[in-house]
Amino acid sequence: MDRFYEVMFIVRPDIEDADLDKLIAGFEQTIVNGGGTLRSTEKLGRRKLAYLVRKFNDGNYVLLTIDADGKLVAELERRLRVSEPVIKFITVRMDEEQKRLDKIKAIRATRKKLSAQAPAPAPAAVEAAEPAAAVEATPASA
Amino acid sequence: MADETTPRAPESGAPSSGGPGPRSGGPRSGGPGGPGGPRKFFRRKKVCKFCTEKIDAISYRDVRLLQQFVAERGKIVPRRLTGVCTTHQRRLTRAIKQARNIALLPFAARY
Repeated sequence: MDRFYEVMFIVRPDIEDADLDKLIAGFEQTIVNGGGTLRSTEKLGRRKLAYLVRKFNDGNYVLLTIDADGKLVAELERRLRVSEPVIKFITVRMDEEQKRLDKIKAIRATRKKLSAQAPAPAPAAVEAAEPAAAVEATPASA
Repeated sequence: MADETTPRAPESGAPSSGGPGPRSGGPRSGGPGGPGGPRKFFRRKKVCKFCTEKIDAISYRDVRLLQQFVAERGKIVPRRLTGVCTTHQRRLTRAIKQARNIALLPFAARY
């Protein structure tokens, strides 16, 4: 259960807000019942579609980030497919990508420590130079 | 982005800079854009946007970013035009295709 997924789906635009919330709550229930955990739910709002989907020109985008296993994802996708207001959905596995990003981040952090020591004296020197210049300037003007 | 589309044909020959060098006698070999001989305009070296700006994650949700690498008709712009490195082009392609599936980007522009 160490995988996590992003499930994005589009709900038809002519749905009421309350119904949309109910629909999302239903999917969240499926995830929890199936043994997964919900990381976040995000309503991305209404957006114009890039092409016509079931004769709709725009749709409500919803993004779920979940920890789940394959069975649960299959079940969730089945439910998305049969639920009438959902016009499109996509599931993307994110954990391997995240692992890669963490690795890069770690590498970058170690590099930064080395580079941070070198340029540290430089700004101090500039700051020291500037007041000196200011001091020199004031007597000249006075 | 737009100015980088013009020098497409010469750029493909530029990396193997040994080719045009002997032929033209190397009139301006000091230019980093490649010694292209009698070229009318200066070409700057194209660099990978993702490498230089340190963009690690190419998400299918980031439409703004992906849009820069999609042509008017909705095609993915090839690497030789944009200068994106191989690794990032691969990730970019995947992200664009995912975005197309969820109707964030068009498969083809509507006319």
